[in-house]
Amino acid sequence: MKPVAFEYCRPDTVEEALDLLKEFGSDASIISGGLSLGAMLNMRLVRPKALIDINGLGELADIKAGDATIRTGTLIRQAGAMEMPVLMSGVPLLAKALPYVGHYQIRSRGTLGGSVAHADPSAEIPLTLVTLSGAVTLRSPGGSREVPAREFFQGLLTTDRRADELVTGLTWPIRRDLTGYAFEELAQRHGDFAITAVAAEATVAGDGSIADVSFGLGGVEDRPFVATTAGFVGKPATAATASDIANTIAETVDPMVDLQANADYRRQLVRVLGARVLTAAFNDATGQQEAA
Amino acid sequence: MLRIKPDQKQRVTVTVNGKAVSGYAEPRMLLTDFLRHELGMYGTHVGCEHGVCGACTAIIDGAATRSCLRYAVQCDGLEIQTVEGLADADGTLNTLQKAFNENGALQCGFCTAGILMSSTKFLQENPKPNDDEIRDMLSGHICRCTGYTQIVRAIRQASGQ
Ligand SMILES: Cc1cc2nc3c(=O)[nH]c(=O)nc-3n(C[C@H](O)[C@H](O)[C@H](O)COP(=O)(O)OP(=O)(O)OC[C@H]3O[C@@H](n4cnc5c(N)ncnc54)[C@H](O)[C@@H]3O)c2cc1C
Ligand code: FES
Ligand code: FES
Repeated sequence: MKPVAFEYCRPDTVEEALDLLKEFGSDASIISGGLSLGAMLNMRLVRPKALIDINGLGELADIKAGDATIRTGTLIRQAGAMEMPVLMSGVPLLAKALPYVGHYQIRSRGTLGGSVAHADPSAEIPLTLVTLSGAVTLRSPGGSREVPAREFFQGLLTTDRRADELVTGLTWPIRRDLTGYAFEELAQRHGDFAITAVAAEATVAGDGSIADVSFGLGGVEDRPFVATTAGFVGKPATAATASDIANTIAETVDPMVDLQANADYRRQLVRVLGARVLTAAFNDATGQQEAA
Repeated sequence: MLRIKPDQKQRVTVTVNGKAVSGYAEPRMLLTDFLRHELGMYGTHVGCEHGVCGACTAIIDGAATRSCLRYAVQCDGLEIQTVEGLADADGTLNTLQKAFNENGALQCGFCTAGILMSSTKFLQENPKPNDDEIRDMLSGHICRCTGYTQIVRAIRQASGQ
């Protein structure tokens, strides 16, 4: 199908983009990579009066590494991110998640920020940002604000972004010492949207017990989220505890039901993938202890 | 800032396979339709128009990506490589095309233009891929008749392995 007729606007500066958002509000669609929006336009699931093309805003494609965080501009392409050593070694969970995002032909153009703004419940980049407790930076004519990723995603394709705001960048916490990272998902074919995706960050203390664990789930409920695992801190960082955590969390989730899977199947994936990913994160952390 | 009204036809100039060519497009015209109907280049195929099948894949501004998810007005001034640019002017097939021919890697050919363009860019970036890497790249294409084994074989042959 073909999209509805729209005005095409290509701002040269962020200020011009914000002026356009003020002018059109929710009647405008921002186009980044277009890998998700293009399909929605062509199927007329969205019918904007104006398309605001932000691809000319070079200032939104930069990367800044600080001591504790790395900031990526919204326009960095998914494939481009995979070629950035600072980002891939600084944020190992993102390095593990990105190869699962779509296909070669999608990542070449799709952007990090576009995926976050789109907020598909099973998308890998939002899940990674939530698991690591990163943040999203937004700009409107009124100024800038930073929203914790865990508050940004509010439901299926729904975020905390207001119609006059532009996502300008993402903030990624840099890897911590003695901390392991793991990511895995199940999809019908590699590159398809995950039926369930699981991410983990785990810090293991010198005595082999869990000092901190973040267990993120995607494709299970209507947004990516981190399960409550505080009760497991202090337990031994072993495969048995990993299974315990995954089995416990599987009972608490309220899974989506769609053509790909029913609730029981998704719950089972939380158990199986969860145990695997938590074990891998524990091993990654203890491996670093042994190496140290 | 560039602004083009919904019904305004904008002149768009792109360099396709090394040659500058122009046509007119209103904002909602897909790059695939621009290539096919404005420029008369029918090599780039259109399947789903939502990014899934891969038939429309071309090399746009150096990236192998979907031309059905781009609007022609976004591409003014860009370089585009399409399947028409692969063979020599006298019709002699290039190494990759020959490998497809020799390995039975196409039947109806609907998916082939897209797969050839993805493979062209992929082999530039990764000249000696293993089968897993080839299959991973191919996951972005749907072929309904050939079966992927021959396609993997053809790409491996083209990479001299
Ligand atoms: C065949 C196929 C398979 C895919 N598989 C996967 C997959 O397995 N996992 C996955 O995560 N994704 C997948 N995708 C989606 C892909 O990752 C997209 O690139 C991504 O979802 C959106 O990024 P984009 O840059 O293309 O954004 P666009 O498509 O341009 O935009 C997406 C949405 O975000 C809004 N938006 C974009 N940028 C901004 C901004 N800066 N500020 C405010 N709003 C903004 C747009 O208005 C739109 O609503 C797939 C896509 C295709 C076509
Ligand atoms: S026509 Fe573009 S991917 Fe199917
Ligand atoms: S050759 Fe017919 S779809 Fe691939």
